Amino acid sequence: MGVEQKLANMGAVTTTLETVVNWSRTRAMWPLLFGLACCAIEMMAAEGAHYDMSRFGMELMRPSPRQSDLMIVAGRVSRKMAPVLRRLYDQMPEPKWVIAMGDCASCGGVFNNYAVVAGVDEIVPVDIYIAGCPPRPEALIHGIMTLYDKVNHNKIKDQA
Amino acid sequence: MKPELEPTIQALTKTFNSQVNEFRGDVRVTILAESIVAAAQMLRDEFDFSLLSTMTAVDFWPEENPRFEVIYLFTSVSKILNLSVLVQVPGINPSLPTITGIFKNAVWREREVWDMFGIKFEGHPDLRRILMPADWEGHPLRKDYPLGYEEPQFTFNFEEIDLRKPYAKE
Repeated sequence: MGVEQKLANMGAVTTTLETVVNWSRTRAMWPLLFGLACCAIEMMAAEGAHYDMSRFGMELMRPSPRQSDLMIVAGRVSRKMAPVLRRLYDQMPEPKWVIAMGDCASCGGVFNNYAVVAGVDEIVPVDIYIAGCPPRPEALIHGIMTLYDKVNHNKIKDQA
Repeated sequence: MKPELEPTIQALTKTFNSQVNEFRGDVRVTILAESIVAAAQMLRDEFDFSLLSTMTAVDFWPEENPRFEVIYLFTSVSKILNLSVLVQVPGINPSLPTITGIFKNAVWREREVWDMFGIKFEGHPDLRRILMPADWEGHPLRKDYPLGYEEPQFTFNFEEIDLRKPYAKE
């Protein structure tokens, strides 16, 4: 029995285009496979079987920025890495989001010196900051759920 | 000091008129800048120190002469011995002869010392920065290098700093 036979019994749902677009964006938000320091280990743990981020439709870490929607900056960004990070961000197709994972990416963390950028928001626009050093996988998942919440409240007229 | 190390130390002292320091079994030999090439050659060929384990420097700013101390750590793999060789370098136009002709890995090691401390190595085949971006100004591990201090945001000054923070554009 195919879905077309069932369709007749399912009735119709009315909704707004905005809701459908936002819903579909959150359900397949693929992050960029990109780790910089110890936060990346927690990111891997969040991806792994125990915490299993794929429950939220984001199991697919894309190794190419051209295929990804979300950049998780996991770790401290050195001044030499900063132009590379910006370039990766520029290569991602719209719409795109950035999560600054951990204290170092958010504000420089324990580093305050010549080598480390004090907050990745000086290089790319950040949507969500996750505190922790490093944040536990639950914190990362919570951060992503918060981002979903933000995306769900997107207005199409704001993006035009 | 390990007894196996003694002939090496004696030869270095005799040939290069070097000073010997010992601290908890680690031996440091201070020699003059002009004899580092000959000393490295001798250590490699005659005493089987086949490996330049590491190379670094210390900045004793505000002292000017000598301001820097460049440290070569030689290792003898066959005899299981370590030997540090120290060379003192003045603060004005600091430079040393290169030992890349004797130890190939000194190419990167000397680039690192150049990048971090600004000590020139005369005769180095490719003296570029190795860690910092190519357009970087200054040498960050010098003691007179500014710390690059960025004011941390607390509750009481959050908004004030937030206003002048260089946020990125879309």
